Amino acid sequence: MPDMSLEKVKMPEQDPKVRSSNFNEVALGYTEEMALKESQRCLNCKTRPCVSGCPVNVQIPDFIRLIREGDFEGAYNKIKETNNLPAICGRVCPQESQCEKLCVRGKKGEPVGIGRLERFVADWYMANRETRAKAVEKNGKKVAVIGSGPAGLTCAGDLAKKGYDVTIFEAFHVPGGVLMYGIPEFRLPKALVQKEIDTVRSLGVKIMTNMVIGKVLTLEDLKNEGFEAVFIGSGAGLPKFMGIPGENLNGVYSANEFLTRINLMKAYKYPQTDTPVKVTGNVAVVGGGNVAMDAARCAKRLGAKNVYIVYRRSEDEMPARLEEIHHAREEGIVFRLLTNPIRIIGTDDGWVSGMECVEMELGEPDASGRRKPVKKPGSEHILEVGTVIIAIGQSPNPLIKSATPGLKTQEWGGIIAQDETGATNIEGVYAGGDAVTGAATVILAMGAGKKAAKAIDEYLRNKK
Amino acid sequence: MFRIVKKKVLNPSVKLLEIEAPFVARKAEPGQFIILRVSDEGERIPLTIADYDREKGTVTIIFQEVGKTTMLLGALEEGDYILDFVGPLGVPSHLEGIKRAAVVGGGLGTAIAYPQAKKLHSLGAEVDVITGFRNSSLILLEDELKKVSNRLFITTDDGSNGNKGFVTDVLKKLLEEGNKYDLVIAIGPLIMMKMVSQLTKQYGVKTIVSMNPVMIDGTGMCGGCRVTVGGKIKFACVDGPDFDGHEVDFDEAMRRQAMYRVQEKKSLEDHVCRLGGVFNA
Repeated sequence: MPDMSLEKVKMPEQDPKVRSSNFNEVALGYTEEMALKESQRCLNCKTRPCVSGCPVNVQIPDFIRLIREGDFEGAYNKIKETNNLPAICGRVCPQESQCEKLCVRGKKGEPVGIGRLERFVADWYMANRETRAKAVEKNGKKVAVIGSGPAGLTCAGDLAKKGYDVTIFEAFHVPGGVLMYGIPEFRLPKALVQKEIDTVRSLGVKIMTNMVIGKVLTLEDLKNEGFEAVFIGSGAGLPKFMGIPGENLNGVYSANEFLTRINLMKAYKYPQTDTPVKVTGNVAVVGGGNVAMDAARCAKRLGAKNVYIVYRRSEDEMPARLEEIHHAREEGIVFRLLTNPIRIIGTDDGWVSGMECVEMELGEPDASGRRKPVKKPGSEHILEVGTVIIAIGQSPNPLIKSATPGLKTQEWGGIIAQDETGATNIEGVYAGGDAVTGAATVILAMGAGKKAAKAIDEYLRNKK
Repeated sequence: MFRIVKKKVLNPSVKLLEIEAPFVARKAEPGQFIILRVSDEGERIPLTIADYDREKGTVTIIFQEVGKTTMLLGALEEGDYILDFVGPLGVPSHLEGIKRAAVVGGGLGTAIAYPQAKKLHSLGAEVDVITGFRNSSLILLEDELKKVSNRLFITTDDGSNGNKGFVTDVLKKLLEEGNKYDLVIAIGPLIMMKMVSQLTKQYGVKTIVSMNPVMIDGTGMCGGCRVTVGGKIKFACVDGPDFDGHEVDFDEAMRRQAMYRVQEKKSLEDHVCRLGGVFNA
């Protein structure tokens, strides 16, 4: 009989007061008992709505049944059939708007903790089993994957499983893309990301770091090197600025720069590491998405006393996950909602000393369907901060586009690719993830990588 | 890992390394740069490509030991390896169609100006090279520059080479004498590039400067290297590093360069301490 309690088994977390000054992981994961108990809440229903909510089609009720039977290895293998990166998905997927949103148990009470169970299984496997990939017969066909973020890793893993000779080209000195430079250690430990990447390598995927495609090699060069198909998963790496006065003052960061310094370059360990980051007592983070929450929580951990999230709409419109907003609040981040910056103010020698803002109120819905913020006259005020982090979104990096004149893109920079296949307008060239959609989620990028792998396989099998 | 095939000490604090990096060598052009990292805990620093040999698959960099990373780099010997080496980054300099040019290098900037002079010379342009150093013991690449220039002028701040003055003094004199240039290329400290640009603006001579701000990725991702050019924000790593010297906001660039001065000094001091040396700021 299923466990009919209305709430998920709680996952232990670091105390907010303690964790707001360290970079260790916030959520601590289920124990075996907790996982067994939570697995009993799944009804193993016939309709399986959760599966249709998963962009990579994880057979959720099946892996949960295996947990219930105590077969954790079997559960892991079940997830791995369709998901190359379970330890990552179990941590950063927005389950509340995907699988768990559709869970039957959610109609009355909380849905099954699918994400927590996935994380448990992946962590159990990493702790207890050696990763061994099944030997796959190679078909001798070479495929190039540009970018080693979630889209690229997924596409590469799937193609390698089908026998392709896959090489990933990564611009940075370590693979992982946004999983390494963007998402902070306390949400996604980097050692774990590298372990997941090792499982992709064990499938025979080669990863070449320090290779900026578009500069060191063009798509044409890749073709000449014998790559028969290319997948572009280069992400959304172009930071947006607001276009207000004072954005070049010292102390103004794009969220990309701030997070890259901290996560990829490990500035939080400075001076043990060589890359510094500067955080003052008062910090403003502009924006309301997950990236803004990450930046704010990093600033707090680096010793800022007051960290403000400055967002021009209300909390209802915030794109960040509820869990992230909740965690940020617990850690003492202050939300200045319905507030919009109009100018960053500096000292004579060029350092940020404050940010002038106006209050907003919500008017009629705009093109995005959200109510449009309108300025309240006479509400100008100054927020005294020494650091400003701009987290209002990223666009696709234009490097590949600029080196590939024939490649069609949207006006805002996204590569134009077919939804179901990732095919671009150039034969044999596919694209997916943030490079196509603009900044979105890890799991959507993985879904796109998966579809493209399938399409590339079909394309190369049909090519004479 | 990237092997060092040749090392040369050019002056007490400036060193040259020739590095095996076949992919970079294949595509490198004057004006472009690389980013390197010397240790696992190390920072990423941009350095301009001083030369390249496509056949040998090597890239040459010339750098001054000013901070921890460049000191670590300078301590490496032939046969040692550099951990990470990525490039070529940035937009190559547009040098085609130039008939007469003045290439101005200040201090270490001379090393960066050398490939430009070389390329212009190989394209058949008439090239005047003007370089400036603090004193004669610091003079760089004199023989190399002689080979690729029609006239070479070397100044020293203290006059120890018998030619006291600044590069701007020489350039001003040449312009006053009626020398007409299609292009002036100025590479060196920000203050020197600013002075050269102010001078050439009066004479209406197109001037290109090479910006070298703080960078992390070098691919347009972080925006840390932003420079205001003609009132617009540009990223030096992907839009540059060459920009129109008459349009660059040098004062802002100088302020931004100071952003991490305290930390840079601390890293250097800690490093020198560990080496058992004495640091005099």
